[in-house]
Parts: sequence; C-alpha cells; structure tokens
Amino acid sequence: MAAEQSAGRGREPGATTVALLVPCYVDLLAPQITLATRRVLERAGCRVRDDFGPGCCGQLHLNSGVRRDAARLARAQLESLAGADVVVSPSASCISTIRRRYTELLPRLREDAQRLCRSSFELGEFLVRELGCPRLGSRFPHRVALLESCHGLRELGLGTRHEGSGECETRVTEQVLRTVDALELLRPRRPEECCGFGGSFSVKLPELSVRIGRSRLRALAETGAEFMTATDLSCLLHLDGLRRREGYGPRPIHLAEILASGLAP
Amino acid sequence: MRVPLDRHAVRSLPDAASVERHDAAVFDLRARRDGAMAELPELEALRHHAASIKAHTLDHLERYLRLFERRALQAGAQVHWAAEARDHNRIVHELLARRGVSRVVKSKSMLTEDCGLNPYLEARGIDVVDSDLGERIVQLADERPSHLVVPAVHRRREEIGDLFHERMGIPAGESDPARLTEYARRDLRPRFLAAQAGLTGVNFAIAETGSLVLCTNEGNADLGMSLPPLHIACMGIEKIIPTLDDLAVFLRLLARSATGQPITAYTSLLTGPRPGAELHIVVVDDGRSRLLADSRHRGALACIRCGACLNTCPVYRHAGGHAWGRAVSGPIGSVLAPALGTDREARQLPLASTLCGSCTAVCPVRIDLHDQLLHWRSEVAPPSGLERLGLHLLAEVLRRPRLYRGLKTLACAAWPLLRRRWPGNPLGAWLRGRELPEWPRPSPQEPTSGPPRAPEPSP
Repeated sequence: MAAEQSAGRGREPGATTVALLVPCYVDLLAPQITLATRRVLERAGCRVRDDFGPGCCGQLHLNSGVRRDAARLARAQLESLAGADVVVSPSASCISTIRRRYTELLPRLREDAQRLCRSSFELGEFLVRELGCPRLGSRFPHRVALLESCHGLRELGLGTRHEGSGECETRVTEQVLRTVDALELLRPRRPEECCGFGGSFSVKLPELSVRIGRSRLRALAETGAEFMTATDLSCLLHLDGLRRREGYGPRPIHLAEILASGLAP
Repeated sequence: MRVPLDRHAVRSLPDAASVERHDAAVFDLRARRDGAMAELPELEALRHHAASIKAHTLDHLERYLRLFERRALQAGAQVHWAAEARDHNRIVHELLARRGVSRVVKSKSMLTEDCGLNPYLEARGIDVVDSDLGERIVQLADERPSHLVVPAVHRRREEIGDLFHERMGIPAGESDPARLTEYARRDLRPRFLAAQAGLTGVNFAIAETGSLVLCTNEGNADLGMSLPPLHIACMGIEKIIPTLDDLAVFLRLLARSATGQPITAYTSLLTGPRPGAELHIVVVDDGRSRLLADSRHRGALACIRCGACLNTCPVYRHAGGHAWGRAVSGPIGSVLAPALGTDREARQLPLASTLCGSCTAVCPVRIDLHDQLLHWRSEVAPPSGLERLGLHLLAEVLRRPRLYRGLKTLACAAWPLLRRRWPGNPLGAWLRGRELPEWPRPSPQEPTSGPPRAPEPSP
C-alpha cells in the first residue's frame, strides 16, 4: 500500500529503492529494529534492499582516535553501498558520521563520499523530508517521552533547539511521531540535553556518563511516560541500563519500533 | 583506560547533592543566555560576523600586534612582550619590585591564573588581593577558580558565609548573598585604597587606537586601575581586534553569552595612562603562536572567554571545573590544553566529551569545539596497547561480513558472563552504574514491546 500523501522533496516512494543500512550494534543487540525499519519503509511504498549486510560506519573508531581503522571501515561502507540510490538507517549518529565525516576521512574518494552523503538519511528524516511525512497507519497507544539524540538534533537538524540559533525549527522526529495513532508525545525538561552515553566516553569516564545519565533518566521519568524513544539505540541502551540498575523510569523503544507498531503484516 | 578527569570529578563534586546543585546553578546561566539570544533576531549574522573578524585578525595577527603596540606607545602606555608564562611573571614582578610595590589589587584575569602569577608574587613578598568577588572567595579558600566567568560557582552560599566568618571575622551563620557581598565590599575597600598597583586582565585590545577594553560587573577593575599610580594589564596575543567598530560586535555577544545580560555593568575603554600614572601592557605568547601555526586548531584562539560552552556542557556541569586541574576548564579548556599544556593529562582531556556538539552550537564566535575535540583525539590521545589492538581487530572483523557473522555466534555464547560483575571483566566500566541488555534477544519474529508496564514513581 502506498503512502497517502507525498510532499517533501517529491520523491516517489514506489520508484525508490532503499538500501537499508543496519548499524553493527543494532544488528548485534536489537535485530528487531532492523525488521521494524524494513516494514516501515515497505509500508511507505519503498522497495527495500537489505543485502548490503550489517556494516560499521566507523564512528567508534573515529571517536576513539584511530582514524586509519575508521577510514578503512568508511571505505568498506562506501564500496558496499555504491549501488544504492538511497540509503536509510535507523540511527542518526551513523548517518551523521557518513554525512559529516566521510569526505574528510576519504579524501581520495571525495566524489563518491559526497554522493553517499547526499543520499543517506536517518529513518524519520527520510519519511519527513523525502516522502512528505506519510501516515502509515502506525498505532501505539502509550505515553512516550522523546529523547533527542544529539547527533540527530545538532548534526542532522532533526529537532528544535533552545541553544538560540533558531537554525532548525522543523522538529522532524516529533513530526513523524505525530503520525502515530493514539500516541501521547511528551517532552522532558531540557529537551536538547545529552544522555551521557558518548560512545567510548561511556566506559572511559563511567562516573560522569552515569551522572549525566541519571539526570536524564529522572527528567524522562518526570514526564510520566511509559516509554522513552530516540533515533539512536545507543542512547536507549545507556539509559535502559541505568533504568534497570536504578529500578525506575520509562522503558526503551526505538523510533522504528513505534512506527512499525500496529501495521498489518 | 579511565580518563583521569573522571576520577577528579569525584573529588570536585563529591556527592549527588553537590552535582545536582552545581548542574542547576550552571544550567541557569545557559538558560539566561538562551533568553537573551532569543531576543536577538540577528544572532546568527552576529556570530558569523564575529567569527570572521577573529579569523581575519588571526590571519594578520603580527600586523595588528605591531599596530597595537605603536598606538599604545603613542598614547603613553608601555608595552612588554612575554614569550612564556615565566617571562610574564618575571616582567610583572620587576615592574612592581623596581617601584617598591608590596601591595597589589588584581581584577579577574584567566591569563595570570594560567601563568600562576599570584603564587609567584606572593613567594617574593608581594601581597596580592583578588578584587572580583568570586575570585576573592576562591583566594580566601585557597583554591583555583572553577569557572571562567563565575569562579566560585562550585561553592554554596552557606560555605561562603562560613569562609568569611573564618577569614574575615563576620558573624557566623550568614548566608544572604547581598549581605555577604556587602561584607566583602567593606573588607576590600581599604585594600583598594592601600594598594600601590592595580593588576588587570584585558577583554579586548583595539589595534587602531591602542586601547584596552575591560568588562566587569563589579567595577573592581575600574577601581583597581584608577586609584593606584601603577596599572599593569596582562593579555594574551589573541585578545587583539582591529577596530572600535569590531568591538561593538563582540560587546553585543560577550555578556549575552556569559550571563544573558545585554552588556556587562561596567565596560571601560582606556587609551594610555591617566595623568601622572603609569600603564604597562604585558603581551603574552606562551604557546599561542604555536597554536596559530596549527591550521586545524588555530580557531580556538578566537575564544572570548564567555563561558557559554562550559554552561551548556553536560560533562562540565556534572564534573565541576576543578576536575580539569587548570585555569580554563570545560570544552574550551579541553581544546586549548593539548595545544598549550605540556602534561600528560592535558592530552587526555579531549576524551572527556560526549561530542554532543552543544558547545559548538552556543559558541558566539563559532569555534568548532566538538570537531576540534574529535581531531585532538587522534592527534594526541590515540589508544595504545591492548585497546589499540582490540579496536583494530574489531575493525577488521566488521569489514568482513562472513567473519563477523561467525564471531557473532561466539560473542553470543560469552555474553551471559560479560553481563555479570567480576574483577577483570572488560565491560566492567559499563557495569559500574548500568546493566547490559539481555542478549541474544528473543527471536526477532516475536513481539518485542510486550504489554506496557506502569512506570514506577520517580524517587
């Protein structure tokens, strides 16, 4: 079934073949997010290819200070995605790594990298900006608090910031959640605050990572939400780890899983 | 493995209550900044303009420094050049010693803090009184400032009352900020009157006029440079801006970024000494020209020390400035430390960031702070030994889908062991305050969200 509306950049869903970029840690720890993403994209009318296999964008290596390994991974990713018109991933930070770092990491493959930058999207971003935010028939009758993942928020411009620059007034992730029936969307105080995960930061500065995470968990719990959602599984893993240790707080659910809820098989 | 700053944070802000209080106090500054900026529709244009003025000035720094020196001399000031921190301290001491000065009042200056001027002068028999209220508090407590703009933000007002009771003899149990300020004022006034020299920092130095600009909220710098017959102003080479018109741009951004004020309560321009007095300007390099030559990181010299990146940084707010162990803390401190610092811990500071990018988003002069932190990591803090090897092997596995799938099964078998706490567990750092997810998850075909459970009330 095709989407009801198609504004956005006027991409015709039916004519779009999407390469599903499955982040390595999603493939390892939460494969259900991959299936959910696939269902959402198919429901939006796209043809989905996931024969590109799970891949690593190189973010962990880049952030850990090993640029050579990061560049190798970026190169492998670039080669494996070379045949795709459009790349969609259920991870804002993987997409932001591709978009903001690949041309610099791969100076000799600059043109290919730039092409990939232009054609790669986070899932919600793709639905809103490329397909015009179609109503897919998702239904999730729960109170959900939105945690804005930093890379989605600041590097992809998916949310509103109070940092005062007024650069992004679009609230992409919010928009896509508003297409879900019966979902009550809640925003925690300090909506643009980092959860404290930070990749290698979470194990190299565990005390601070946990301190920041506790502040965030409290803010999310104060909304009275049953679930917390985000565009990145990593933020959710960190906060869920805290939730289970501390014994309170909303349960984690990835954006793709919400969008796939209530869709007929 | 563990970055030292993480341990220092435990000393800097020892318990949950102090973390919460510090986080709230500092975030309040960020919120005030947001409010002030929301009223400035041309904010983005101003930020771009400010960044371009700084970039231009840094590109032609030598020319503007020479012009500044010429104009300052014409106005009757004297200019001294210090290559290193120790030269700076020596020059200041000589100026004071030659005039037999033993009592000095000093207004806020991160540069002199960085150079360790106070202990240097005190060791040579010169009494230095910090006259900024926050700096006076940390001086009385025998500490360093913990914030660029609000040096005593880590202190509760009750603690400040106790400190004043102990060191200034005020009645015990005082904690009202207005009354504490009044006590400090009464204690400082005679010290201003008795001072033989005033030391100040510099917020901006105008090349075309040879003027210095000082921005304070307490007027202490004005008093310190107006009463004694000798004024010594200390500045880094990066404080130069070309013209008075340029100053207008920075004055609109500085106080708004720092505290949300439209402008600091006192903004003073001085060109040359007042009649009958001396003005000496000490211009310090101390590693800055080395940073200037580094095209990737030179942008950090554009910093106007507003503190906005500290106020917005979740790591700073939850760690406290003392965890950095140096005068300039927070994101800008971590960006400058690897370039200007020489110690091992300075090189580890770029790791103390979640790379959330909020610092970059609020910086009034558009320094790409979090990108710089990322670059510093590979330049000065690449992993070594087992960690390096582990990351390399991981990259090799991740590049080979078939190998990856095989090892996935193996990792799956080891997972239950890794989720438990035991000495030597490689995931032990994660498990300090967090659980690891169950894995492998139930087969993907099964519904994963399950029936929702009502959340427990927050504590």
